[in-house]
Amino acid sequence: MLRRTLLTTAALSMAFAPAAFAQDDPVKAGFIYVGPVGDGGWTYEHDQARQAVEGHFGDKVETIYQESVPEGADAERAITQMALSGADIIFTTSFGYMEPTIAVAEKFPDVKFEHATGYKTADNVSTYSARFYEGRAIQGHIAGKMTETNKVGYIASFPIPEVIRGINSAYIHAKKANPDVEFNVVWAYTWFDPAKEADAARALIENGNDVILQHTDSTAPQAAAQEAGNVITFGQASDMEEYAPKPRVSSIIDNWAPYYIDRVQAVIDGTWESQQVWHGIDEGMVEIGQITDAVPEDVKAEALDLKDRIASGDYHPFTGPINRQDGSVWLAEGETADDETLLGMDFYVEGLTGEIPN
Amino acid sequence: MIRLEKRPQPSQAWTLATPVLAVGATMIAGGILFAVLGADPLVAIRTIFWDPLFNPQFAGFTRPQLLVKAAPLILIAIGLSIGFRAGVWNIGAEGQYIMGAVCGAAAGLALYPSESVLVFPLMILAGALGGWAWAMIPAVLKVRFGTNEILVSLMLVYVAENVLASVSSGLLRNPEGRGFPGSRNFRNWEAAHNAELIPGTGMHWGVVAAFIAVILAYVLMARHIQGFNIRLTGEAPRAARFAGVSPARIVLVCLGTAGLLAGLAGLFEVTGPAGQISIDFNSGYGFTAIIVAFLGRLHPVGILLAGLLMALTYIGGELAQLMLGLPGASIQLFQGMLLFFLLAMDVFTNYRLRLGRAEVA
Repeated sequence: MLRRTLLTTAALSMAFAPAAFAQDDPVKAGFIYVGPVGDGGWTYEHDQARQAVEGHFGDKVETIYQESVPEGADAERAITQMALSGADIIFTTSFGYMEPTIAVAEKFPDVKFEHATGYKTADNVSTYSARFYEGRAIQGHIAGKMTETNKVGYIASFPIPEVIRGINSAYIHAKKANPDVEFNVVWAYTWFDPAKEADAARALIENGNDVILQHTDSTAPQAAAQEAGNVITFGQASDMEEYAPKPRVSSIIDNWAPYYIDRVQAVIDGTWESQQVWHGIDEGMVEIGQITDAVPEDVKAEALDLKDRIASGDYHPFTGPINRQDGSVWLAEGETADDETLLGMDFYVEGLTGEIPN
Repeated sequence: MIRLEKRPQPSQAWTLATPVLAVGATMIAGGILFAVLGADPLVAIRTIFWDPLFNPQFAGFTRPQLLVKAAPLILIAIGLSIGFRAGVWNIGAEGQYIMGAVCGAAAGLALYPSESVLVFPLMILAGALGGWAWAMIPAVLKVRFGTNEILVSLMLVYVAENVLASVSSGLLRNPEGRGFPGSRNFRNWEAAHNAELIPGTGMHWGVVAAFIAVILAYVLMARHIQGFNIRLTGEAPRAARFAGVSPARIVLVCLGTAGLLAGLAGLFEVTGPAGQISIDFNSGYGFTAIIVAFLGRLHPVGILLAGLLMALTYIGGELAQLMLGLPGASIQLFQGMLLFFLLAMDVFTNYRLRLGRAEVA
């Protein structure tokens, strides 16, 4: 069987030989998107960063992208074709591209790959992600202070560590701000499905939740909240400022541009190396969108203070004492969570109701 | 005055001509669409239909990929076409495809890390059974309670999607996957990997199965009494009943076959090109196969060609996005046009254009 693998590799390297010559003068940066560039959230921000790369480098860099690439078997083909088209660096911007990215990277040792939010690396594969949970802490604080029904709705996408971290972080800080708060999590099993997201938002609002947090990418929940009236929301991935000052009272903005420019520069300079990056508010990868006047002055001041303390490193959003949902101790008094645990987080903290679906 | 006159018999010539005309019309309308979007229409059409096959930079990779992409479409469409011939409308192949993959993968993963040569055949069996069982739900409900198989099979797609989401973040989750959803990667497990049979050709067991299915379906429909019964049931249900064909049996056979083939397609996909069970494992093959079945005129050979054509528009469409910066939605629109024009052209199969006034009888 080993022989078959070897033969495959040989056949592939022959088949792909022209690709090596296709690398001509301007550096070519490719982007694989999970949603449409006009989703107004996750993919939109990645595409903004792509345009920033073009703007920054001008003629020295050419960018290409492919949108709405499904995370199944099609992703590997899309990435391979991008590599064949002569891309020097390829950003695969969704977790589900992890296995395909690794598989394609093996066949194209000269192409650099950057995979967002995953954990597998190789000599030519880096990973990068943002500490969104830092932003979630601020949202949680505002949510806890502002809810009148003490019920906060949370539209979650998939039960992966990143999403679970966000729920935990938001909950811990909402609870600190308001001990009576209760979270209702709905799993949408999608990153982008306006109809589904709107349904989830409406159902949560009907059940008395007057704050809606979302970990999905469309603005549909914002529209649903606007329709319902007395509900507040937070922009997700993108500012979603068209819904400000209310329902959208603040947002988490993913700012990938500095990182992308940095990495493309590294390819130009020939200094690119595989790395694992997890940047937060401090480095500017996570930005907090303007907190509108719908938020009382004192709450706003507290939120901004929290942001400053997180950015400066004075405060870690996961600081003990924190117990797991089952009551067992996770972090002792004053202890902060290590990245390893956070990256694989698959449990709720104490106080959250419901179960993580599995 | 132009009017349509019903033909006494569907025209044989038009049946064959409409797919070709539909492709032509799609190229023209698509070309206009691409021109409006600012791309050179000729280059765009060439990128979609020519480059995947002959572009020196891509063809070495994309040509085998055509087989990889077409195989599940053909396998599923063959199953569907048999039912459609009999008037059994299974719209839920997507669900059967998912359940085939889930059951097959589960059977395999239960034996991990066995290196026995029996693992893969067992998975194939489980995959086929999974798809078959999922299709049996609408079949039995229809036979027993007279429910509408269109609705039941379609609704079961959503159930299957939720089962998929559940097992990929629970039961079948890779224990070494750091809590992320998704099963083990079958590529890293020799005994369960549906690898390429001849390296660099795209030829995997699913492609072989698709070709076998085409041949068997051809024999069934053209030579076998059961195929005759199926066609009779679709074309003249009353006559079929008088001839002693049991409608219940036809429903069970048609849905069962479609489910079985869709299940197989799912299993070959999960162990091969996809590599693992994940939340987004299904990518609409079950629905696209409906288009393929009709584009291929419900005929096995037609389906083979239609599946390859559909795969070509997918891969060519991806290249067009990549090379010309065309938006993804325009490519989907382009593919949608194909079915639209096909259905529109089909009018001429059953009707003929008449100039002048209607004759008074």
